[in-house]
Amino acid sequence: MTRETLFNSAALAALALVPLWAHFSGEPFTVTLATRAVILALAAVGLHIALGLGGLVSLGHAVFFGIGGYAMGILAHHAQTYTPLMEWPFVIEGTKSMPVIWLVAVVLSSVVAYFIGLLSLRTSGVYFIMITLAFGQMFFFFAISWSAYGGEDGLSIYVRNGFPGVNTLVPIQFYALCFVILAAVMFFAARLQRSPFGLALNAARQVPDRVETVGLNPMRLRLVAFVLSGAITGLAGALFADLNRFVSPTMFSWQMSGELIIFIILGGLGRLYGPVVGAVVFVALEHILGDLSDYWHIYLGVLLLGVVLFARGGIIGMLLGREVAHD
Amino acid sequence: MTEAILATQGISKSFGALKASDDVSIDLMAGEIHAIIGPNGAGKSTLIKQICGGLKPDTGTVKLLGEDVTDLPTELRARAGLGRTFQISALAMEDTVLQNAVLGALGGQGNPWRFFKPVLKDQDLLDTAMEALERVGLQDHAKTRTAELSHGQRRQLEVAVALTLKPKAFVMDEPMAGLGTEGSKRLTEFLGDLRHQAPILLVEHDMDAVFALADRISVLVYGKVIATGTVEEIRANKDVRDAYLGDEA
Repeated sequence: MTRETLFNSAALAALALVPLWAHFSGEPFTVTLATRAVILALAAVGLHIALGLGGLVSLGHAVFFGIGGYAMGILAHHAQTYTPLMEWPFVIEGTKSMPVIWLVAVVLSSVVAYFIGLLSLRTSGVYFIMITLAFGQMFFFFAISWSAYGGEDGLSIYVRNGFPGVNTLVPIQFYALCFVILAAVMFFAARLQRSPFGLALNAARQVPDRVETVGLNPMRLRLVAFVLSGAITGLAGALFADLNRFVSPTMFSWQMSGELIIFIILGGLGRLYGPVVGAVVFVALEHILGDLSDYWHIYLGVLLLGVVLFARGGIIGMLLGREVAHD
Repeated sequence: MTEAILATQGISKSFGALKASDDVSIDLMAGEIHAIIGPNGAGKSTLIKQICGGLKPDTGTVKLLGEDVTDLPTELRARAGLGRTFQISALAMEDTVLQNAVLGALGGQGNPWRFFKPVLKDQDLLDTAMEALERVGLQDHAKTRTAELSHGQRRQLEVAVALTLKPKAFVMDEPMAGLGTEGSKRLTEFLGDLRHQAPILLVEHDMDAVFALADRISVLVYGKVIATGTVEEIRANKDVRDAYLGDEA
């Protein structure tokens, strides 16, 4: 076992065990905090596929996070008010079932990611960052003015949605659900990284000219990566809204997109565990430093500066050194 | 008359007032090495881009195996059988040598839309990749990170990646660039054999290599082909000597 796999297994084990310990020592708040970390990690793992593997610096991933959030909010809102979502040409009812909500979140985020990708992938570099940011702002302001669903105030859901066989109202059970999803997505992401698609995508990031001259289309590879990426972040959005039983335009904000990038840079760009470590550290800092001062972002800023200046591989890179080529 | 494997027919390309390609007609017949030489700025790179894709000629057509490929994007020309090597190695430096070769094999196979099975467990791809690496003598470096290869080895890998595509025609942009005498000699020998697998359109500055290898040479000056012929004809051509070869011939 290499140091890297050892570290990764330890990180995963800690994620599984710490909340369990918190649960049994009667600290439900820590469980909730861990749930927040795991869900944000999931969102950032989504971004990792576009950013880490595809080299696509998307400053608009909050779009998918928000779509997932609103998919949950709108469906649950209609279910709790017993009003149909739409009546013509056919009736669509709201739902309190997580699997259905997740499916809707994933499908909607994928479709939106496809169209955003189609337009924004024509550009690269700074222009790509700007155009994804612009899409993010469009969705943000749309949500703010969407008075049918709370506008600026957002939507509150009274009771957390249900999942068959799990009592989602118990923090540790909801945590377990989120953890299993994160683990499953990471398993698939790890496979993806080593798959033919992963190889081609990785090469398209490094040498697009080469990829073209062996007969593959870098643009299409990136588009598919962007869609997969958006779908995962969308799923995380649905979970995040369910955790808070609340969804608001904040989920669409560019600060949200920025935080996802920060997770990745903090944890380690290019590594699957980077976004996970980054999100966990971020949430922990937010909690600890948040207790010290309302202006805790100052400390976060200093930390980020340190990481970018002195540890280019993020926290994992600092601990384990540069990544070796996978075999 | 047999048909050319690869041909440009009267292609022209201007950038503003600059004529980078001026009515260029070049063909590549089966089994031959056709070298393109010319001074810096003669339009060799522009020509290659128009042949391989990425730059569309203002007028004229590019034909591969008799098919008009002028409007095809780069990746479809590659699929149609064009194998290209770059003047400056375009390799995935973070990846291993094997991964670079497998990428070529994957392109040749044409289906990157597989998301689950590890690519390095695909025996077909591995076989194609290893065969190409063996042919250029890099089989012992398969697991090496490409960034750690010497310049010469990168040039070899560049050729190996093109080999994995099993192309119908090669277009090589200065494959000898930066190689030492020994490296050039080995690659020259290798290309001499390779022409029997698929003909090679060779853009090269190394005149020893060109004179040793080329069946035909075309001389490009200011975007125009001023002469095409065998090595002897080109050496003897007065225009060519004035424009380019000088005393070298």
